[in-house]
Amino acid sequence: MRSICLYFQVHQPFRLRTYRFFNIGEDHHYYDDYQNRHIIRRVAEKSYLPANKLMLDLIREFGTAFRVSYSISGTALEQLQTYVPEVIKSFQQLAATGQVEFIAETYAHSLACLRNKEEFVRQVKLHQRKIEELFGQKPVTFRNTELIYSDQIGEMVAEMGFHTMLTEGAKHILGWKSPNYMYCNNINPKLKVLLRNFRLSDDLTFRFSNQDWSEWPLTTEKFVRWLNNIDKKEEVVNLFLDYETIGEHQWKETGIFDFFKHFPTAVFSKSGFTFNTPENLYKELQPVAAISVMHPISWADEERDLTAWLGNELQDEAFAKLYSYEHKMKSCTDPDLQKDWLYLQTSNHFYYMCTKWFSAGEVHKYFNPYGSPYEAFINYMNVLSDFMIRVDENVKAPPLAKKEPKPRTDIKPKVSREKTKTVEIKPQVAREETKSVPAKPKGKAREATEIKAEGKTREKQKGKEKENYRKLDFNDIITLSDKKVKDILKNVEIETLAHAVKGTGKEVKQKIEKNLGVRALRQYKEMIKQLKGLKSPDLNKYRKAIIKEINQSVK
Amino acid sequence: MRVLMFGWEFPPHITGGLGTACFGLTKGLVKHGIDVIFVVPKAFGDETKDGFRLVNASEVVLDFHQQESREFWQKIQYMEIGSNLVPYLDPEEFERITSQEVRTGEDVRRTIFSQRYTFSGKYGPNLMEEVSRYALVASSLAQKNTFDVIHAHDWLTYPAGIAAKEISGKPLVVHVHATEFDRSGEHVNQAVYDIEQKGMTEADLVITVSNLTRQIVIERYGIDPEKVITVHNAVEPVDHPEMEGVHKHVKEKIVTFLGRVTYQKGPDYFVEAAYKVLQRDSNVRFVMAGSGDLLNRMIRRVAQLKISTKFHFTGFLAGQEVDTMFAMSDVYVMPSVSEPFGISPLEAMRSNVPVVISKQSGVAEVLQHALKVDFWDIDALADAIYGILHYDALRRTFVRYGKAEVDNLKWENAAINVIEVYNKAVYK
Repeated sequence: MRSICLYFQVHQPFRLRTYRFFNIGEDHHYYDDYQNRHIIRRVAEKSYLPANKLMLDLIREFGTAFRVSYSISGTALEQLQTYVPEVIKSFQQLAATGQVEFIAETYAHSLACLRNKEEFVRQVKLHQRKIEELFGQKPVTFRNTELIYSDQIGEMVAEMGFHTMLTEGAKHILGWKSPNYMYCNNINPKLKVLLRNFRLSDDLTFRFSNQDWSEWPLTTEKFVRWLNNIDKKEEVVNLFLDYETIGEHQWKETGIFDFFKHFPTAVFSKSGFTFNTPENLYKELQPVAAISVMHPISWADEERDLTAWLGNELQDEAFAKLYSYEHKMKSCTDPDLQKDWLYLQTSNHFYYMCTKWFSAGEVHKYFNPYGSPYEAFINYMNVLSDFMIRVDENVKAPPLAKKEPKPRTDIKPKVSREKTKTVEIKPQVAREETKSVPAKPKGKAREATEIKAEGKTREKQKGKEKENYRKLDFNDIITLSDKKVKDILKNVEIETLAHAVKGTGKEVKQKIEKNLGVRALRQYKEMIKQLKGLKSPDLNKYRKAIIKEINQSVK
Repeated sequence: MRVLMFGWEFPPHITGGLGTACFGLTKGLVKHGIDVIFVVPKAFGDETKDGFRLVNASEVVLDFHQQESREFWQKIQYMEIGSNLVPYLDPEEFERITSQEVRTGEDVRRTIFSQRYTFSGKYGPNLMEEVSRYALVASSLAQKNTFDVIHAHDWLTYPAGIAAKEISGKPLVVHVHATEFDRSGEHVNQAVYDIEQKGMTEADLVITVSNLTRQIVIERYGIDPEKVITVHNAVEPVDHPEMEGVHKHVKEKIVTFLGRVTYQKGPDYFVEAAYKVLQRDSNVRFVMAGSGDLLNRMIRRVAQLKISTKFHFTGFLAGQEVDTMFAMSDVYVMPSVSEPFGISPLEAMRSNVPVVISKQSGVAEVLQHALKVDFWDIDALADAIYGILHYDALRRTFVRYGKAEVDNLKWENAAINVIEVYNKAVYK
């Protein structure tokens, strides 16, 4: 029996609020909560809820003959959970029928696959876990952001254990071939690949309500006639659509709901097709050939390439700057920063910076909250700048970086291990400091007076810095003896401590836990549990209290 | 086709955008085989007795190639009429300046409007009288020449255009570069408004330099929308290779405002935005180039905000100085409250300077590679400036696409649209 594979993409980004440069370093909330809530509620009301109801009705009416599949991005799921939980419930109802497949993607609907395998895998795992948690199925099929695919990406996906992947049946990769077969990855033939029938899919997503279209109005009879025109040997017609097509991009008034309501009836009564999910198709169909995709393709625009997200200077710059923090984020444990790291990777931010719509592309304009790609870029870069500052503050820099003249008291100096007594570290760092200072005026005008003046200030600085060395930072707690730590902890409130350890390294936490009394440790762990997920409003305040204790103990 | 065109200035004697626009348009028309009789009021003191004369054009210094020049002047008859007409002045101001001159005996206008024509003061201090006198001359001109259509630029020449139409019976096209609302905000001078409205009403067709201006003409002057056609301005592509030698004397980035320091140009928003940027980044300098009635207030405000060491005033710049200023700039800002078109951002882009312009400017309608903000939105303005200064990819993109975009806005193309308007007027 020939199959129709009906698959829907559900995605909403966390749109950024207007974030001015003077917010950098001051305000760390990046998202336009009002807009995000407004949009997801509107789309839920116009599309997700009624469409889900429609699908559920169809499943109840036709039983196992009607199947459908979804991929819902992590950012969409989060917003649905927060703003319209009833949508999650209705998806759960669909999941419970056993005839709906949930497909994996990157959590943040990101472009990580193009940049970093590790990050890509991490996000896919995150998404898988989320889907499992909400819908009780572990996804076995993968659909990358905007159907982006290449041989290499396919290989990575296969490595993760997926057995099927969806992508676009782009004309330039298919040539004379038909998208209506099962294919396989060119590098790892174990991964089966389903290709979107873009003509029939776009008839629904873009042309359905276009009255200038020669085929308007599109009826189920007509659509089924087209399906019947397809060569009898061809096995599967993949209709991959944005879920918002039903009710949002194509309004209810266009008759889109009626189309889908009557579509299965028309298919069953007038054609030999049935509905299937990628998972079932994987079991049923053998690949007819490998599909070779050297350069990544997507389902966007006429070009079906990546130029909607990457390629112009603005996009490339923003993308490069974002991922330059990839390695730092690996060692960052702050949950807020990790969240922002995900949300900022969402592909939409780069889509808004596309300059293609200058010439054509009403579609781009329609989805763009910014007046121009330039505005989108500035706003994103402002947010990113703040994010980078926060990460730099949070993540320990590599120990004693060469060009760092300032004493990095926040770093646990490696030298400390060689020294038995902690107090002795300080002069060690100080020496290092005095050495590096004279290098400063090099290359500058060396007028005698200036050097003199600098000498003076240098001396002043030295004095100041000496004072600084006496001061230890919070993280330096690990360099202290256990006895001292015990003494310090006695003077610190458990709550303060629990706040202060947020975002610190393992070593610090271990050092503290080791030196807490039994009762105190229990209280402390209890407190940590309570604080989990809560944002500490003033981390530094708590830390300062402890730092004061630390420094007193050293005296 | 032959056009009798009334202007008020012509290079090299120009005060603002209008002279440049007339020159560019005339050149564009000539390229498409249109004959132009360009009439311009002038008060150099070298006028002939009957009030106008034909100038030997080869004596006029113009900066384009000889070959082109000869072709151009073959088709153009350049006429000057002695007159006191001053663009951008309302009657009161005209009165004030001329009477001041009488009292003090010095040529005030020479210092205010350097690089442009001076006035003999012979023809009486009343601007309205001057306008009427120009119209009188126009009617006699219209009798002595043959032409197919009359084209009048801005209100000072509308009475001349109307007079020429009455004498010759030829269709009149008036070209609105600015309206009284752009010049004076809501405090319009009724006499000027009346002349403008009469000109637009009597005209067969009205050309506006932007849709913004078109809207004003339709709504504020009650002109039939059918009659009003937008033809966006353009710029002459020129290269400034000699500008490569220009060096900044300061290491900071430079953000420039260049234009008259008047209400219409929104200089106060520039000052406030500068303050916001300087609070976060002291590695910037702001320059306000130009003079005008709000200049002193701006200087006071800058002092009050304590940013005087980073905010500089150059006074009025002209010619080479303008090019030098552009060459030194990293961002050009035009925060106009109301700008019918606004040619200066195009000049900046031509010099590879990224621009921030207000959405309330006509030029915003044709530019894509520019940042556009509402003039009142100081935060957005400051943010746009900061963005260009700090995100290098943005600057690179602007430089890459901006110049090409401006080079495509040719007078040659604009002239085609103007000729269409002529045809519509003549053959309707």
